[in-house]
Amino acid sequence: MTDRRTITLTVNGVRHEREVETRLTLGDFLRRDLGLTGTHLGCEHGVCGACTVHLDGEAVRSCILFAVQADGARVTTVEGLAKPDGTLHPVQQAFRDHHGLQCGFCTPGMLMTLAAFLAENANPTEREVREAISGNICRCTGYQGIVAAALDAARTAAKGA
Amino acid sequence: MKPAPFTYHDPRSVSDLVALLGKHENAKLLAGGQSLGPMLNFRYVVPDHLIDLNRIPELAYIRPGSGTLEIGAMTRQRALERSAEVKRACPALTEALGFVGHFQTRNRGTLGGSLCHLDPSAELPGVCALHDAALTVTGPKGARQVAMADWGVAFMTPNLAPEEVLTSITLQLWREPHGHAFVEMARRHGDFAIAGVGCLVALDSAGKAKRVALALVGVTQAPVRLAAAEKLLTGTDLSDDALRAAAAEIDKLEALDDAHVSAAYRKRLAGVLLGRAVRQAAARARGATQGTPR
Repeated sequence: MTDRRTITLTVNGVRHEREVETRLTLGDFLRRDLGLTGTHLGCEHGVCGACTVHLDGEAVRSCILFAVQADGARVTTVEGLAKPDGTLHPVQQAFRDHHGLQCGFCTPGMLMTLAAFLAENANPTEREVREAISGNICRCTGYQGIVAAALDAARTAAKGA
Repeated sequence: MKPAPFTYHDPRSVSDLVALLGKHENAKLLAGGQSLGPMLNFRYVVPDHLIDLNRIPELAYIRPGSGTLEIGAMTRQRALERSAEVKRACPALTEALGFVGHFQTRNRGTLGGSLCHLDPSAELPGVCALHDAALTVTGPKGARQVAMADWGVAFMTPNLAPEEVLTSITLQLWREPHGHAFVEMARRHGDFAIAGVGCLVALDSAGKAKRVALALVGVTQAPVRLAAAEKLLTGTDLSDDALRAAAAEIDKLEALDDAHVSAAYRKRLAGVLLGRAVRQAAARARGATQGTPR
């Protein structure tokens, strides 16, 4: 017997209604049911941060949240970060400018984490940036480029405002 | 699909929740899911029924009282961290929250979830011990109160029957001016702490400690108050000798021992952290001052 529910949620501004098994995680739902494979699943137990998305504006780990729990919610994934015309989000642009990624596996989680963090803390110190990404594991960059990108994105956003 | 199949329930009120708990065997309560989620994914826990508490708004609130701070069990850690009221009334809680996982996990994690999971190294149960919290547990026979000192009955086992749910936590605040501190050591920021110490200190006009509270996490099976150390420090000027004598009380505890951290190291570290916590709390007590003059 499988336990199923019909859920309705908005992902990157688009409304979706789907029937899901209740034990389906939000991460798997985004990737398999909606085809939004930008969200990466790494450890699948809430440690690596690759699966970070925004749930009603807050950064959360989508591998340990069930899709059914997002019923009625507004979800943003990395696909929803750039503007519809393709203009990159300041954090994305800064990652490109500062070599904030190598293999790219952690990148969607890093971007979603930093976008949420900078929205709340527009003028962070390096230490605060490092603490903000302490829940996101990168095995390539040594974090230097990521930290530089985050600090630059904060400066860019401050100039733009 | 990571977790084994279960039947999902999302009650909208505490009364509906209690009715569900009375009806189903092998049910697990889902609070913030930051510990239970991984346990379900690994199939460490295989409940037949998963009862989600996230759609019960009456369980999430921060309610300052007279000399108390009452917090609904489903209040998110992030809401507590951001709360100016919590920072004013109970800054040890705000300070400890900075060590709890990462901001993404605090966005979901709850105070009640942390208390019911009862990881030995969890910071929030330590703060509850520090502030002599009273826990309200609700079940089919109504509500009952459990003192934090009686909450942990064994390793990761709270004083909670299968048909009961933790609904609120009431922290006792000190009325006299005092200082606070929460310090810990973890291998990486946000990891489970090897040891952590929370401290409250009130000083008399001569600068001697007139009241001391010390809570220890990570060392024993559940958080503990260090009553003997508190007693040793009370009335002293918190000198290095006094702190050493207080820290020696930790040696008498039966400490957790694992492949990464031996019991001896854990205790030695806890003694160092005790000194740091007391010194920081005392410095803050000298500087002026929390307390709840209402």
